[in-house]
Amino acid sequence: MKKTPCRHRISKVLSVSLFIFLLFSAPIFAQDEVASEEEAPTEAANTDQAANPADTEAADVDGDPVAGKQIFNQNCAACHALNRKMTGPALANVETRLQEEEGLGREWLYKWIKNSSGLIASGDAYANEVYNEYNQAAMTAFPTLSNEDIDNVLAYTAEPPKTPPPAADVAGGGAVGAPTGGISNEIVLGALTLIFGLLVVMLFLVNKTLNRIAVANGIVSEKEKTEKRTPLWKAFAQNQFLVLVSVVFLLLGGAYFAYGWMMQIGVDQGYAPIQPIHYSHRIHAGENKIECKYCHSSARVSKHSGIPSLNVCMNCHKSIYQVAEETLEEGKKEYGVDYNKEIKKLYAAVGWDEENQKYTGESQPVEWIRIHNLPDFAYFNHSQHHIVGGIQCQECHGPVEEMEIMYQYSSLTMGWCINCHRETNVKVEGNAYYEKIHEQLEKKYGVETFTAAQMGGIECGKCHY
Amino acid sequence: MMNSFSKIIAVFSLGILLISCGEDAREPNIQYMPNMYEPVGYETYDEVDFLPEGTEAQKPVDNTIMRGWMPYGIENTPEGKEQSRTLNSPLMANDSLSIAENKANGSQLYTIYCAICHGDKGDGKGYLVEREKILGVPSYDDAVRNITVGTTFHTMQYGLNSMGSYASQMNTKEMWQVSQYVMQLKSELTK
Repeated sequence: MKKTPCRHRISKVLSVSLFIFLLFSAPIFAQDEVASEEEAPTEAANTDQAANPADTEAADVDGDPVAGKQIFNQNCAACHALNRKMTGPALANVETRLQEEEGLGREWLYKWIKNSSGLIASGDAYANEVYNEYNQAAMTAFPTLSNEDIDNVLAYTAEPPKTPPPAADVAGGGAVGAPTGGISNEIVLGALTLIFGLLVVMLFLVNKTLNRIAVANGIVSEKEKTEKRTPLWKAFAQNQFLVLVSVVFLLLGGAYFAYGWMMQIGVDQGYAPIQPIHYSHRIHAGENKIECKYCHSSARVSKHSGIPSLNVCMNCHKSIYQVAEETLEEGKKEYGVDYNKEIKKLYAAVGWDEENQKYTGESQPVEWIRIHNLPDFAYFNHSQHHIVGGIQCQECHGPVEEMEIMYQYSSLTMGWCINCHRETNVKVEGNAYYEKIHEQLEKKYGVETFTAAQMGGIECGKCHY
Repeated sequence: MMNSFSKIIAVFSLGILLISCGEDAREPNIQYMPNMYEPVGYETYDEVDFLPEGTEAQKPVDNTIMRGWMPYGIENTPEGKEQSRTLNSPLMANDSLSIAENKANGSQLYTIYCAICHGDKGDGKGYLVEREKILGVPSYDDAVRNITVGTTFHTMQYGLNSMGSYASQMNTKEMWQVSQYVMQLKSELTK
């Protein structure tokens, strides 16, 4: 009896401390809010201040950075980035850099931009130094750019980089907001299963207790009374007709499911392995509308569609070294992929030194996992179907441009091939190759159009030899 | 009572087991007779243990010429590029039929490989440029570059600055066809 008050006291202490904690926690947060509100204006002021020098600087160089950006993107961006070495050097604050490090003024830049090879030939020391530093890649001359245009570009390069904090805040807010907004289906399902399980257990417990009470009270349930009759299963077993019918049904049902299961052996429909480098067809073929054959170029001319070699990736990724901010966010949130890391994997495999914009020569083969794979005894030719037959990639491979992770869309079974050969009309118009056979077949079948099957497209030897 | 309870649990777990037995999309399915499915010879891109880098795909042996490709003979240097300026397309002096074919082929290939950056009209405003993924793509009528059919071929053969080489995606004839088509676009732009 002595201990009980003690326990009460502890719980009281706990509840009081919780109360106090809650009481204080609110003001603490409130203070935070106030603090952040106080910070915000100072930040804004900071950016204002940051913007002001830019204005003064822009005024200093007498150029319009907006027009400069346009000229820069049209003419310079193929080889120059602001803060990153590309084919040519990074150009952020190029004028001040040259002024401070080399003592070269704008006049030098005018000369260089309008005719760099002339400047090199004239023996200018710094011109030759830059030329040699960048693998003797000659810069295109831009005699069409006026001094004013160059001023504008220089104004653009002198602009401070856009303040990223607001963008980061927005992104951060989105990331925080997401988990509270959508609870994944799996969690909901799990919770439902748990509740269901608990209900079942409770039902049993209630039933058990009720039975116990019944037994204790000496009540005999209806069920026990009827038990003296022949049990149902015995009655069933005694009726031979029923047994026969149910056995037949069981066998048929079993055969149906066994057939279904056996027919899917060796069929890889829906196979979607994780590739060593995450490549999103959705982004490349979908959003950016790159032709399938840009990468799978051998589908035009050979049996194989071809796994693109990494130099094909580098055609674009030499300049595209990171994805757009929102694409990165989307990838992380929806697919759990950091696209920028995947680009780095590509650079590592192809041996591209991003710092120096050079190939190191140390490359690694990427172990792509083949998805579409016909058995060795079946022959299939991509160029025959795509170029001659005029069949689009999507007809067999499905909506690839929507696939984040590539999967096998069609079953690629023989039945599937045969079906298409029976249903698809051969495109004979304007194809000299078919002219003679078309005439003969027209006579033979008395038809205008004919299918691949009528042309021998379902002969065994067409694909199996 | 407990007996029927455990029975129900058993049925439940069996059901769950059956459901979970569904195909795993990350793994390939089983096959009936793998030795009929799997090739005996080495497949394209196959992993093999006796070749350099452990892969079947190898570069052609030095001093051999790939089918469909012709030796170019001009070096990948600024001087080489100037040298290419005077080159003529070997497809030029053909009959009218092959001119039409060259044009159709060139236009098709251009759409596949070039238009995504250089634009359908060759004005440097392809879809990737519009989306600001790749910048600074020049128009074909750029007076300073003053491209010719030879320099176009040279650039496709070796790549230039940010542009990669396209010699792995097209053979020599196809590259000339595209070069000719580019010239046609240029003349349309300068009109």
